[in-house]
Amino acid sequence: MPIPSPLYSRTAALCTTQEWRDWSGYFSAITYGPSHEVEYYAVRNAAGLMDASPLYKYEIRGADAERLLDRMVTRNVAKSRVGQVLYTPWCDEDGKVIDDGTLARLGKNHFRLTAADPSLRWLQDVGYGLDVELRDVSTELAALALQGPNSYPILKSLVSNLKLKTLRYYNLLQTEFNNSALTITRTGYTGDLGYELWIAAEHAATLWDGVMQAGAGYGIMPLGLAALDILRVEAGLLLIEVDYSSTLHARIPEQQSSPYEIGLGWAVDLDKGDFIGKQALQAEHAAGTPRSLVGLEVDWHDLERLFGEANLPPQVAGRASRTAVPVYANGQHVGQATSMVFSPILKKYIALATVRSEYAARGTPLEFEITVEYERKRAGATVSKMPFYNPAQKRALPNG
Amino acid sequence: MAKQQHYDAIVIGGGHNGLVNAAYLSRAGLKTLVLEQRHILGGATVSEEIYPGFKFSVFSYVVSLMRPEIIRELQLVRHGLTMLPLESTITPLPDGRYIYRGPDSAATFRSISQFSTRDAEAYREYSYAMYHMAKAVKYILGIRPPDPTSFHPRELMALLKLGKHFLSLGEENIYTLAKLMTMSSADFLEEWFETDPLVATLSASGIIGTFLGPRSPGSAYVLLHHYMGEIDGVFRAWGFARGGTGGVAEAIASSARALGAELRTEARVAHVITRNGRAVGVALQNGEEIYAKRIISSLDPKLTFLKLVDQNELPSDLVQRVSKFDSYGSSGKVNLALDGMPELSCLPGYGEHMRGAISISPSVNYIERAYDEAKYGRFAKKPYIDIILPSAIDPGMAPPGKHVMSCFVQYAPYQLAEGDWNSQREAFGDAVVNTLSEYMPNLKNMILHRQVLSPWDIEQTIGMSGGNIFQGELSLSQLFFLRPAPGWAQYRTPIANYYQCGSGTHPGGGITGAPGRLAAIEILKDAGKVLA
Repeated sequence: MPIPSPLYSRTAALCTTQEWRDWSGYFSAITYGPSHEVEYYAVRNAAGLMDASPLYKYEIRGADAERLLDRMVTRNVAKSRVGQVLYTPWCDEDGKVIDDGTLARLGKNHFRLTAADPSLRWLQDVGYGLDVELRDVSTELAALALQGPNSYPILKSLVSNLKLKTLRYYNLLQTEFNNSALTITRTGYTGDLGYELWIAAEHAATLWDGVMQAGAGYGIMPLGLAALDILRVEAGLLLIEVDYSSTLHARIPEQQSSPYEIGLGWAVDLDKGDFIGKQALQAEHAAGTPRSLVGLEVDWHDLERLFGEANLPPQVAGRASRTAVPVYANGQHVGQATSMVFSPILKKYIALATVRSEYAARGTPLEFEITVEYERKRAGATVSKMPFYNPAQKRALPNG
Repeated sequence: MAKQQHYDAIVIGGGHNGLVNAAYLSRAGLKTLVLEQRHILGGATVSEEIYPGFKFSVFSYVVSLMRPEIIRELQLVRHGLTMLPLESTITPLPDGRYIYRGPDSAATFRSISQFSTRDAEAYREYSYAMYHMAKAVKYILGIRPPDPTSFHPRELMALLKLGKHFLSLGEENIYTLAKLMTMSSADFLEEWFETDPLVATLSASGIIGTFLGPRSPGSAYVLLHHYMGEIDGVFRAWGFARGGTGGVAEAIASSARALGAELRTEARVAHVITRNGRAVGVALQNGEEIYAKRIISSLDPKLTFLKLVDQNELPSDLVQRVSKFDSYGSSGKVNLALDGMPELSCLPGYGEHMRGAISISPSVNYIERAYDEAKYGRFAKKPYIDIILPSAIDPGMAPPGKHVMSCFVQYAPYQLAEGDWNSQREAFGDAVVNTLSEYMPNLKNMILHRQVLSPWDIEQTIGMSGGNIFQGELSLSQLFFLRPAPGWAQYRTPIANYYQCGSGTHPGGGITGAPGRLAAIEILKDAGKVLA
């Protein structure tokens, strides 16, 4: 049974629906009010605040911290600056992804890693014999995700740190809130302007109150998982165990994925020194990747036609669906769509899919399985540009 | 000095339909120019900072039926359009009770049950029936009206398709539809409900923008227009545009520009230049003449036919019909800049009900009495008011902690029996604020600025004849193949190369973009092109 997170006193008071999901053993709100769309639009238009505390978090310190991490993850840690955050996968010896997360460089010899799964043992094994101190700070460190175009003015009124304005995408800032250390990273899972706030668990509720208070005039809403799931699909961001399987959970080799297969090839630095999975990844890079992650846009006219035959308007997932459906090309099965949702802002039915690489080029026409009144049909779908939604404010410096 | 330029198309009027039309023409490769008389694009679809820091959706205030295909085809999201949900209505009553209807069907059920459990149950069935009705009528919104008197195979085919469509609705639905077309909204609703305030607040959807009362036959049809947006439910075509309704116009304008259209403001067209019965250009008020292969008017029918062209160029029966085209406005608008969030005495606090509509429609007789006053040329002292707080939905509309309030008010007749709107305007504003204060006692102390608009002001500011918000009544006699006049409902005019694309054409008013798009299809057809 899940237990309360450090922010439960606040989230429970707001979660009028009592709709919770177990996220890594913690109660996590799915929607706070009757309509998750209100939360979705708050992030796209104003701001949303989410309890991200259930993430696994690790501190890595010591003279060999950089060495350890460069052995473990696929990106080049030695090249990272203090104050930078890297999004990176890490793999097993076969070059298959174990997990993905953010790696924040807090100091020359001090890092913080987030993960979807418990990872202390892997860190210890990779760091065997190295001069590092590893700490699992998952329970002692809380995380608040403040996301949306108004997140900057809200945060500005809360922390009087002048560097906030110039804080760039995937960079971090160490400051204070109520005399306790606060790390602000300009990161998130929504594809919009946003920040994640990392603070000791005992101060998290006060910080939540402060953000909600500061955000009152800026349209802030608490953000639940249902809205987040739409936001992250629009942003083209993967969810482990939905869009791909960790090697830890795969039952057969076919269920494992390399970074290249899940669209994270850009995060593999084959030019850096030795790291776990490098040989396998080098080989795959040279030979080509059999499968690729793509974004699909389902043809709306087809949906209207297919549902129209049953005298219905198109019935599409209002919440993101995580039930994978097959994808075809010329009648042949070529892959599967793993996350799909009607994008309220784009007015399009969009999906994340893994397909055979020869069908991954943008504009490739594919067929997407839908069910109309219990009958399986195929609607046209096109491989489209990702992210589906990519507003300028995601990377730009904020105004005001 | 003005040099002669040549365009493939000139669209007169930069309202949202004019812009949609221009965007589609540009998309098909036509060199298109839009001419707007004001300093700002959008027509009635406009947001303006009337008071420093506060943005008002000055005229139209919600987006009802913006066609999703237009949003997709013109890539309006990429050009900045965001539609925000507006999905609840609260009707406060003088006795301190209220009716709440929202996305949470159980909460809606409980609220109506306070008055009648029978009605609470009927409400679900009613919504379902209206869904079917809206579905039936929605088809019509997407097609060019066929000419029922023509034997042209194209027209016969269109009529046949229409007939097939209606037969496919099933017996029950056809009967309901016939009732909707003929009954008053209150009578129609009383077949479903026994709670008078519920009938009243629902029937209000049947009178918005029209010169009808809830007991006037024909008002039931207008109810459907409200449901049309709801059938797009998840597709969310209905709601509030980020940045106010001007956000819609800006997105369409940006898309049109990206597609190559040229948009000029402060360019008032004096008349259309014709040669041998063909439109060849326009003359601006400043004397400039601009020529084009085709001219499209997005203005209302009266301006399109009686002002922009010489009446001698038109058949006399058309002139006669258009001059009688009913376009007298019946509604006003009061926009308020507020120092804080007002409170409803029936449900204090800043709950989700403040992010939806607030409807002052406590009884059928209340609205009917308001209509009675208007019939005889007086504005209603106790009007029906449809309120939204745009800043509660989009915080960018006002400074943090402050709010803007949009009040759509009925009735305010264009023609007053005594005096004129210049002398009556503020008295009308007072009547509205006094009425509101009965339900929101702390409102008066919060008002930083008040903007009052009568139909006359609407006409003066953006030109719409009579100040009718739909460019002409949505009465059955002015719809479909009768809009704006029999024989001329297919976006063409008796003058070759002169077209119409405003809300005065099918399928009518509201921020839909549908007339602009349907007109573009016809214009392109004549140009040997298809809407891509």
